[in-house]
Formats: sequence, structure tokens, C-alpha cells
Amino acid sequence: MANLSVEFCGVKFKNPTVLASGILGVTASSLKNIVRHGAGGVTTKSIWLEENIGHKNPTMFGTEHYFLNAVGLSDAGILKAREETFPEYLKDKQAPIIANVVASKIDDFAEIVGEIDKLGPDIIEVNIGCPNVEDFHGKPFACDRNDAAKVTKVCRERTKKPLIIKLTPNVPNIASVAEACAKEGADGFCAINTLYGMTIDTTLRMPILANKSGGVSGPAIKPTAVKCVYDIYKATGLSIIGTGGVLTGEDAIEIMMAGARLVGIGTMVYYRGVEGFGLIVKEIDEWCEKNGVKNLEEIIGAAVK
Amino acid sequence: MNIPKFDSRFQILPIKKIIKENEYANTYVFEYALGSKPGQFVMMWIPGVDEKPMSVAFDDGKEFWVTVCKVGPATKELFELKAGDKVGIRGPLGTYYSFKKGRHLALVAGGYGAAPMYYVAHEAVKKGYKVEFLIGARNKDLLLYAQKIVGLEGVNLHVATNDGSAGVEGFVTRLLEKVLQEQKIDEVFTCGPEIMMKIVGEIAEKFGVPARMSMEKHMKCGIGVCGQCALDDTGDLVCVKGPVMSWDYVKKLPEMGVYHRDAQGKKHYF
Repeated sequence: MANLSVEFCGVKFKNPTVLASGILGVTASSLKNIVRHGAGGVTTKSIWLEENIGHKNPTMFGTEHYFLNAVGLSDAGILKAREETFPEYLKDKQAPIIANVVASKIDDFAEIVGEIDKLGPDIIEVNIGCPNVEDFHGKPFACDRNDAAKVTKVCRERTKKPLIIKLTPNVPNIASVAEACAKEGADGFCAINTLYGMTIDTTLRMPILANKSGGVSGPAIKPTAVKCVYDIYKATGLSIIGTGGVLTGEDAIEIMMAGARLVGIGTMVYYRGVEGFGLIVKEIDEWCEKNGVKNLEEIIGAAVK
Repeated sequence: MNIPKFDSRFQILPIKKIIKENEYANTYVFEYALGSKPGQFVMMWIPGVDEKPMSVAFDDGKEFWVTVCKVGPATKELFELKAGDKVGIRGPLGTYYSFKKGRHLALVAGGYGAAPMYYVAHEAVKKGYKVEFLIGARNKDLLLYAQKIVGLEGVNLHVATNDGSAGVEGFVTRLLEKVLQEQKIDEVFTCGPEIMMKIVGEIAEKFGVPARMSMEKHMKCGIGVCGQCALDDTGDLVCVKGPVMSWDYVKKLPEMGVYHRDAQGKKHYF
């Protein structure tokens, strides 16, 4: 059996699979269940300072090729994270936990990172894909390298824990955004967030999602994810959680070859169920066995020239 | 057209007929081969309004029924729709009540739980079961499906109302004790308020009778992705491992009969 353990920003993971933010993981029970099924780590849903209602249904559906969602980052706020999710997860912690946080103003990012730091996550992941309410057009922070850098700077001042920024593919040059964040002290990245998308019901002649548009994930976005991870790795050399369309062990290997050190897995549960985590780990091991890979360090960034 | 396995978009169906059950409940009839089994549910999209999980009240392979109680803003809007109006359906979803041949069942329904239990009874008698159907309601006007149940051969109806306006006065759980004392029952199935189902489970266990129940938790996607209906402390999803779950499993859950969660994942105690 190959050595599947990976170190990410000084945190040790028994295997490179981590639950991506926003799929399952509403409660500590759910996060623990995913670890029991084989995940090397988990990421919380995006945590806000205050309660956030989210969108009405329909919020998600899938097809053979893609999945579309607009949940609207519903969350009970830092209070639930502080009183319930973190204490319950940490009391018998079986795998590292990545706290994903979100805000819609620069100052709130600083505040939420400061608050979440106290709860004992292993890594803090900042979701900057949310619209900036202080921007005239409500442009997401992740869509502007200056805004992304500003968020990174204020978050960096509030924590000494590994700090990673979750980037959007909906930009002309993701590597340039990553570089701007790296300059302000980001330890790494999670890439990619979902792509913009919309599906219309042709009988009703209206978008299916209540929010009309949403984020595309699933198999269709894997090539985009691989390309983005490749570009970020080449530009910064920092640690990356590669996420987007990973359904199998070989998909995981592929995105690692583009430079991912950990592999974010979310939409996979629609296709393979929560049991898919264990299956992917087994498939990664089998691939390594077949290809004479003894340690995953051999494949991280192996395709980046 | 066959629906590919991973397609969870909606079938858009016109409402064929609306049956007014009482002041608060309507039955919506759809002409569509849903292919459900008793205990399963569908997600119903009321276009422009919301999408909610609804249990199937009947399915004969040609048409299916959904009985809806007016409980909130989405169902209030649904009650404004007329026959011919279109809704989106995806499903059938979740686990179901399975049968072996020729046994004696007790079904315990609380409130609008009578509708999905009618479907269970309908299928059970086809498989040769004898059925004791116990319904509880606040009063006789809120009794659902009583006439339809009486029409099923092999089914005995027992009614309890809080005010005694129909059947015996009191809770349906007392009727269950009586039935279990007097008759040999092989299994109890129940659908209704969670606290009622918990008591049903406890009573069945006292008599050494296995029980299964239709769990209801806040759902968003219904397809095993959003995690909203994850149970404490197993993390299992009601939309995938349920809604039909065994009392042996359910009784170990610290949240059973104690609390549920809202759309933000926040706890609310019963």
C-alpha cells in the first residue's frame, strides 16, 4: 500500500481527500460521518458572523454531466459554530477540520476570521466568491485581484493558522488573483469555486433554480478545475486544495498532477453517495500500486512544466 | 423518454384533479407513472414559489396522489392552484415500506400521516396482510382518509380524536396499546408527529413488536447532497437512508422526539 498521507501547510492528512465546503456538513454529526466513510479531512459549510437565510427551493439538481446549485450559503452563523459544530467535532477529532468562512464586507472578513480562529480549526479557508455589498455592482471579491488581496490582508492580520483563499474560475486570469493573495500572506488556495450557470425548464420557460442562476459543479467542470490548479501552482508554488468534478481516484490523481496537494470532493456524493469517499481513497491506492508510486509527493505537480 | 439515472430535473405535470379533503387539506392527482412504493416521497416544485418534499398518498402505476396540508407560505400558494396548472415533480425518492406475505399489521397515523399510510394499507392488503388502521386527529373535521380506508377490504379502522367528536376520546397511542393487547400484531408502521411516533415505537417495543416509521426533517434537495436532513448523531440523511426507518435505528438518535433543525441548520426543540 502506498503512503497516502499528505502534509498541507503543516497539517497532516491521512489521505488527500477532503469534503468540499457546501456539500453535506450542516452539523458536526454529518462531518464526522464523512470522516467515518474515509475522508482525510472535512471543510465546514461557509460560516457567517450572523445567521444567513439562503435561497428558496429549488436550490439544486443534477444531470449526468453537471450539477447546478444556488443554496445561497444558508447558515446559522458563528454562534452555532461556537456552541455546537466545533466543540462536537473536536471532542473526538478523527481528521483535520477546515473552517470555511464568508462575508460580504471587508471588515466582516477580518471579524469572522478572528472569531473562527478561537474555535480551533486546523486551517481557515476564506470564501471570497460572495458579492461585495460595498461595491457599486456587487462584484464578488474573488473577481477582482485588488479586492481579493485586501480580504487576504485583513484576514492574515487576524490569524496565525494556515490561511487559504478559495478562488473563483469566473475570471480571465486566476493565477493573477492568486499572486495578489500570495503577496498579502495567503498560505495556499482552494480552487475552484463553481462556475456561473443557469438551466431553463423548457416546458415552463423559466429558470429551474429559485435564484435563477447558480454555480455549476460536477464532471463538466473538471477540465476547468485542472487548468486553474495548474496555473495557480505554476504562478505561486503554494499548497492547493484542488476541487471541481472529482468523482474517482483517477480524477484525484489528475488534479494532483496539476499541483493539488489535497483534493476537495463535494458533488461526488450525488453520483456515488457518501460511501464514495472510501471508494476514491481505495482507487487512489490502487492507481499508485499499479503505477509504482510509493508516496503521493511523487505526483503533486508532476504535470506542471 | 427514459429519464437518465442522474437526471434530477423536474417532470412538469399538470394537476389532473384537486380533491378537497377538509378545510386544511387537499389531494392533488397527477396522471403519471411515478413508479413509487408506499412510504416514498416526491419533491414538488410550485413554480415561482418554492419546492417541498411531499409523501405519496397513492400510486397505481397510472396516476398518483399527494395529499397536502396547508401549513406554511408554500402550501398556501399551492392551494391557489387549479386543475390544469403545472407543477414540477422529481422522484420517487427515499426508502419505503416493504412487505412479506400474509401477516397482521398495525398502521398508526397521526393527522395528515393518514394519507401516506392509506397507500401502505392499500398495498398491504394486496399482499395478503390483515391491517388494523389507527388514526388520530384533533377532531372529526380533521380526520383524513377515513372513508377511503373503510372502503379497503381487510382493513379495520380505529379512530381516536382529542375531543371525542369521532371514535374514542384521547390519543391514538392509547388505541395502539389496546390493539396490541388484544391481537397478535407482527409489525407496526407509523407516520405522524415525531413525538407521537416515538411513543408508538416505545409501545411497540414494550409488546415485543418491531416498528418502522416515516421520519420527517427539514429537506432542501431531497437527493443526498445538501446535508440539511442529516440526523444526530449518525449524520445519516433522512432523504437517502429514510424517510422509512426502523425504530431500532431511530430510538438511538439523541434528536428523536427532542428537536429538529431549520433551513439554516439551527436546532428547534419540540
